[in-house]
Amino acid sequence: MTTVEVEKTEARTNGKHFKVIGQRVIRPDGVDKVTGRAQYGADVMLQGLLYGKVLRSPHAHARILSIDTSAAEKLPGVKAVITGKDLKPGEDKVAKSGESSVNYSYLSQNVLAQDKVLYHGHPVAAVAATSIHIAEEALALIKVEYEVLPPVLNALDAMKDDAPILLPNLRTRELGEVVSDKPTNVASHEQYARGDLAAGFAEADVIVEREFHTNTVHQGYIEPQNGTALWNADGQITVWTSTQGAWDQRRDLSEILHVPLSQIRVIPMEIGGGFGGKFPVYLEPLAALLSLKSGHRPVKMWMQRDEVLKATGPTSASVIRVKMGARKDGKITAAQAWMAYEAGAFPGSPVSAGMGVIFAPYKLDNVQIDGYDVVVNKPAAKAYRAPGGTNAAFAGETVIDELAEKLGMDPIEFRRINAAKEGDRRADGPVYGRIGFIETLDAIEKHPHYNAPLPEPSAPYMKVGRGVACGFWYNWDGKSSASAVVNPDGTVSYLEGSTDIGGTRASLAMMLAETLGIHYEDVKPMVGDTQTVGYNDGTGGSRTTYGSGMAAYHLGKEIIKEMKQRAAVLWEVPADDIDVEGDVYSYGDKRITFKELCAKLDETGGPMSVSVSLDTKGAIPALATHVVDVEVDTETGKVNILRYTAAQDVGRAIHPSYVEGQIHGGVAQGIGWALNEEYYYDEDGHLMNASLLDYRMPTALDLPMIEAVIVEVPNPNHPFGVKGVGEVPIVPPAAAIANAIYRAVGVRMTVLPMNPRNVLKALGKI
Amino acid sequence: MSNKVPVTATINDEEKSFLCEPRQSLLEVLRDVLNLTGAKEGCNNGNCGACAVIMNGVLVNSCLVLGVEANGATITTIEGITPKEGLHPLQQKFLEDAALQCGICTPGFIVAAKALLDKNPSPTEHEVRYWLAGNLCRCTGYDKIVRAVLDAAAIMRAEKQTA
Amino acid sequence: MQAFSYVSARTLSEAADILAREGDQAKCLSGGTDLIVFLREGRRSAKVVVDVKGIPELNQLSYSPKEGLTIGAAVPLHRIYDDAQVNEHYPGLIDAATLIGGIAIQGRATLGGNVCTASPAGDSIPILIAYETTCIVASRSVTKAIPLEKFFVGPGRTALQPGELLVALKLPPPTPNSGAAYLRFTPRNEMDIAVASAGVVVVLDEDKMRFVGARIALGAVAPTPLFVPEAGAALAGQPVSDEAIEAAAQAAQAAARPITDMRGSAEQRKHLSYVMTKRALLKAIERARGGA
Repeated sequence: MTTVEVEKTEARTNGKHFKVIGQRVIRPDGVDKVTGRAQYGADVMLQGLLYGKVLRSPHAHARILSIDTSAAEKLPGVKAVITGKDLKPGEDKVAKSGESSVNYSYLSQNVLAQDKVLYHGHPVAAVAATSIHIAEEALALIKVEYEVLPPVLNALDAMKDDAPILLPNLRTRELGEVVSDKPTNVASHEQYARGDLAAGFAEADVIVEREFHTNTVHQGYIEPQNGTALWNADGQITVWTSTQGAWDQRRDLSEILHVPLSQIRVIPMEIGGGFGGKFPVYLEPLAALLSLKSGHRPVKMWMQRDEVLKATGPTSASVIRVKMGARKDGKITAAQAWMAYEAGAFPGSPVSAGMGVIFAPYKLDNVQIDGYDVVVNKPAAKAYRAPGGTNAAFAGETVIDELAEKLGMDPIEFRRINAAKEGDRRADGPVYGRIGFIETLDAIEKHPHYNAPLPEPSAPYMKVGRGVACGFWYNWDGKSSASAVVNPDGTVSYLEGSTDIGGTRASLAMMLAETLGIHYEDVKPMVGDTQTVGYNDGTGGSRTTYGSGMAAYHLGKEIIKEMKQRAAVLWEVPADDIDVEGDVYSYGDKRITFKELCAKLDETGGPMSVSVSLDTKGAIPALATHVVDVEVDTETGKVNILRYTAAQDVGRAIHPSYVEGQIHGGVAQGIGWALNEEYYYDEDGHLMNASLLDYRMPTALDLPMIEAVIVEVPNPNHPFGVKGVGEVPIVPPAAAIANAIYRAVGVRMTVLPMNPRNVLKALGKI
Repeated sequence: MSNKVPVTATINDEEKSFLCEPRQSLLEVLRDVLNLTGAKEGCNNGNCGACAVIMNGVLVNSCLVLGVEANGATITTIEGITPKEGLHPLQQKFLEDAALQCGICTPGFIVAAKALLDKNPSPTEHEVRYWLAGNLCRCTGYDKIVRAVLDAAAIMRAEKQTA
Repeated sequence: MQAFSYVSARTLSEAADILAREGDQAKCLSGGTDLIVFLREGRRSAKVVVDVKGIPELNQLSYSPKEGLTIGAAVPLHRIYDDAQVNEHYPGLIDAATLIGGIAIQGRATLGGNVCTASPAGDSIPILIAYETTCIVASRSVTKAIPLEKFFVGPGRTALQPGELLVALKLPPPTPNSGAAYLRFTPRNEMDIAVASAGVVVVLDEDKMRFVGARIALGAVAPTPLFVPEAGAALAGQPVSDEAIEAAAQAAQAAARPITDMRGSAEQRKHLSYVMTKRALLKAIERARGGA
């Protein structure tokens, strides 16, 4: 793996080299995870545990006329049955949840349908029983009478005047205001605009205009959603679940169940992947209600894979129209996009995020971006790694590639001419801080991959090509809390509240150890729950290493302050006069190490614990440049990925292995999205490929090694220079592959997935 | 209602007797009856490999085996791969090479990789990828997993030579 | 999953008795990689599941130059592709056996099960048809042989009558100067279901310059696996040439009558039956000529 260090800044602690940061240490939760001991949500076992199952709608769009649960209730072993009637409607108000927002009325209806079902798989009832099999048998005994309604299955159809209406009370928010009382499926129209578009296009020597269609895709975490709840006789509710945001869950449960926050404790178990999809509640409120109704017995629920695909938040299908113009000298003169994203059953697609991503890497004077959030009869869209970004970049970066080609320019050179830098304003408003976009372009341009001759095709009917694309992601900072106990043996027990979804116990502990000047192994991290540690925003938005890392740093500073007090007591000198260098505390010729001082806690004031809570600021966006070689089978339309290199500005790689891992994983998901993943509905709105067999995520045999090039342009706002890394890697792959396919076979792909069927069609073979 | 059948199997070198319904899968029995929760349910229909175990020397998905079929069988789960002292080279290399992120697929991968190395101590990268194609990972892009298996294979070969 | 009882049968007659008694409410379990999924998803129902793995006749795997290959219906794929004789004499079968599912599926799944599931896309079926496989079927009263290409009556439906079970598949010994191959098209490189596939056996003359005959069967392009005698006939007596291969591939394409579903479109499948047939023929010819 390559690391490119672009510049050294003050972000390096006191100008010194790091002792811990940048090392490839073993993660503290590692042994449990390689031995099978780690406790994930579905591994929870409790006394008197009941098993819950959900009855789901067989229709994409229907009115519920009646539900008869009497036969199910009589089945021996069944302890509780609930329907929409057991759920008080949620309030019509919006809160931020993870990377997106949530309206409680909609969230409540999504958890359990009230009068209408809006997608195939929409929950209509739930059962708790003494065994999972009995619960399943009970579902078959529930009789639901439906009036089936015509479904609407894509954004363009849903936007038509005569389209079937999903939500009778929905009105379009037109640039922020409701201006018409007409029922609609268009939840909102937003716009970013700057400069003079017409003048910009008039100035252009070349204009490219294309329409892109992308299909619904799923996060595809390997662990299905789960939730175990105990609604105790004293009214206290405890929930054990796999979640990216325990505090988001607590708030959502409080709103949906109409129970005060203080009565709910959410215990985040180990989590088997999330990628944004494990912020929302699905089963947890049902498990809680079933627990209440079954006489306060704990109820465990987990989804089967078809339920995960049918009913948990995938990310939006979209239609994107892009028009861009450029001068002969390579300067982009105007850029326009029209973007319609499917929200699924309830408003909330990531269209506004996509609007911000589509042209973000470039400095644009004349730009207009219009975005529409459109409801359709599919599951409610939820965050998926850089939500809305991959489809946006697929459109934007394909058009960029075509402009470069038409101008006869190298795709990297064309991008460099237009690249955004610190101080440039994005189309969506904010001014860039110290981003490292150009540095990623340089890294790829110099990389052996970009300069290697194309591989030889493996057969006469194979064609090879190389493509480049770039990507942007906002990155989030947000709120983090942490606490620590300093132990007499010189170790620090460190409690933080960020769900560890990919090694953050290690990276956070590293930052605390670095701050304290002690060994990484002497920090003992543990993930707390909503009752044991202060508030934390969720693990998402590429914020954990940034925001919770900052909390770790400030926690360390608080510990140092306390330790100086202890040394002051020991030596009977003013605390302010004590120097700290690494783990050594000194005053004149008196010296004591952190560990030695810990042994003297009892005699210097007793036990020591500290905590911090922060609302962090200063995140800086991540930018990336990817290059890919593909081989296209011109007889079958199949695309093989031969070589992949991804350069990314990460600010500072705290644990390089897990930074590479984020890049690898994002690229792999991007390749899956680009090539094969899609929701396949029949015309009645039934999801036909709701299995991991037919959803076709990449296997080990579908991918090459992926080279991650770590570019470090430190973030001056962070004590260690961190920028979020997790999301941007999924943004460029689809565009990079489309551009490579073009270079191989001369056809511009404008649909996702670029599966064999669509490639064959584009080649005119079928 | 229930027609439970007595089953006796050797699981991780211990003889275990339990009662199970014929419709319970081996995965369900391992997790809910025997409290061996290292095998994970990712799809419950043989498409993800998270529940992989070795049964009578053969790699299988425990979600596609009935618990009653285990009668008389010898089964190794992730819990049985961990040696008395330290870790199995595969486990060690998964840690050192950061071959896991969320970790939910890790037990299945380690069990599957062990079955591979039992049969083929010197696999090529392609052979590793082919063998592990039945195990899905959504976090790592497989890069570090494949490296960890190749690294563990090298260590096991070296250990065998010195032994 | 609905409740059922389980019997591990030790003899063919024990299994046949249960099947005779329970009719279609008795289901045979060998590898279970289809059956358990079907029962779990409610696509099949059973009062009793009869585990047939313990029946000796269903576990035989034997080859002789005179008798050819006998594969018991409960022999798992890993035993088949680890068998030296099968590797030497039936490489086309190895192509298929190593493609079905992943390694963990191959640890359990059987050719007998693949045949009895009767999916139009069953990976072993086209090549078994090309190899002139016969199904040995038994019930309490009779044992009979059914040519494999006559075994399928619809998607998921076979010629097995209530009370009957598949005991073994019999493949004749390979003809001298023959070669075989199975190729399927899938978007993923593994763990996928054929969008279209072709299994072919070609017999060449002694100089290996001319086709003596060929058997070609297609998968996933019709309600059942599709034997296409006219594609084979297009090769008989012809010189080994691009023209002959083209004619056979076109005959295969003409015979295909696929549907559109989530795995592929009708046009795509039609097109792929041509491509897969052509590529499988080239591979089979290469093998007949002594290549791998």
